Amino acid sequence: MRFGSLAESVGNTPLVHLRRLSPSEDVRIWAKLEDRNPTGSVKDRPALHMIERAEAEGRLRPGATILEPTSGNTGISLAMAARLKGYRMVCVMPENTSAERRELLAMWGAEVIPSPAAGGSNTAVRVAKELAAEHPDWVMLYQYGNPDNAGAHYAGTGPEILADLPTVTHFVAGLGTTGTLMGVGRYLREKVPGVAVVAAEPRYDDLVYGLRNLDEGFVPELYDAEVLTTRYSVGSADAVRRTRELLREEGVFAGVSTGAVLHAALGLARKAAKAGERADVVFVVADGGWKYLSTGIYSAESDEAAVELLQGQLWA
Amino acid sequence: MAIDVRIPTILRTYTDGAKAVEGSGGTLDELFTDLESRHPGIRARLVDGGSLRRFVNVYLNDEDVRFLDGIGTPVGDGDSVTILPAVAGGSA
Repeated sequence: MRFGSLAESVGNTPLVHLRRLSPSEDVRIWAKLEDRNPTGSVKDRPALHMIERAEAEGRLRPGATILEPTSGNTGISLAMAARLKGYRMVCVMPENTSAERRELLAMWGAEVIPSPAAGGSNTAVRVAKELAAEHPDWVMLYQYGNPDNAGAHYAGTGPEILADLPTVTHFVAGLGTTGTLMGVGRYLREKVPGVAVVAAEPRYDDLVYGLRNLDEGFVPELYDAEVLTTRYSVGSADAVRRTRELLREEGVFAGVSTGAVLHAALGLARKAAKAGERADVVFVVADGGWKYLSTGIYSAESDEAAVELLQGQLWA
Repeated sequence: MAIDVRIPTILRTYTDGAKAVEGSGGTLDELFTDLESRHPGIRARLVDGGSLRRFVNVYLNDEDVRFLDGIGTPVGDGDSVTILPAVAGGSA
């Protein structure tokens, strides 16, 4: 495949049948390898789409500063695009994210403003909104509320999945900005009657939730519950266990949030197999494991030891 | 008395610091009422006007009850209920 620029090579990622993890020939599990995008995550799709749309609509002009709350991947994608296009990039990122993410952002020339660990991404969003108010000339693309985030998946990820696997019955992805689920979910619902759109939501340990106030919660503006069939909460232990299982059984080296998504996908596959129904379950591998290597979870002696290593970290 | 209920840090002031408590009831609504009898004040933090508060997420065996029957969702012995604040997450 030949492309005119790195940006043009985004998308058209492989969809891989995972034979060993699939319950049977009738109930198949498929991995959509979004780590094959230019900066190694699914976020290249919304990042580039949001920038291109903002340019087309005149919201983003040469020399502008882009501001974004991000726990890593979107910031990395935006920073890459910003460097290629000559924008300045400022990220607000929770301080308890992995060292690799900070290093990658620095590598692409982004400035990182750390937000307190307590409150995780919620706090990063709040801090970014405050900065946006102080710097009205900065452009916040705001992935949590920008329809072009979901639009990237409606136009790209969704059609790719349907073209590769017209028999798809389930789509499973992680719930963060909700962009992937809203975009792919809307597309598939229009084309595939009865398709299930399922969210896997990360559940952290107490350290991360610690000081969070129930009255100041956060629901991304993009979120529309109508698009989802259901939503599962997956804890760190299951996420880590499945991440290691995916590597061991199928050779797919994925980030920890993918383990959480796989956990939900396997649950749906098991349910279909038990009911004697045919199923083609597609799940999203949001990124590779590179950014989480320093945690030591991939080479830890046991799942329990690996879970211990991830304590207090934001892994999605 | 055999529904396991996991309590988020922010609500442990109602449970004397306990991370998990047990309760009973045929639905989540009844379970929350049962919890209220031993942990006064907790119900109002979860429910408002007959439905879950906006930034409160409740999971029955890890499934979001908003996609089941909300606070009318049937529960029973051996079930696990997790209460969590709504968060922004994912590989954002």
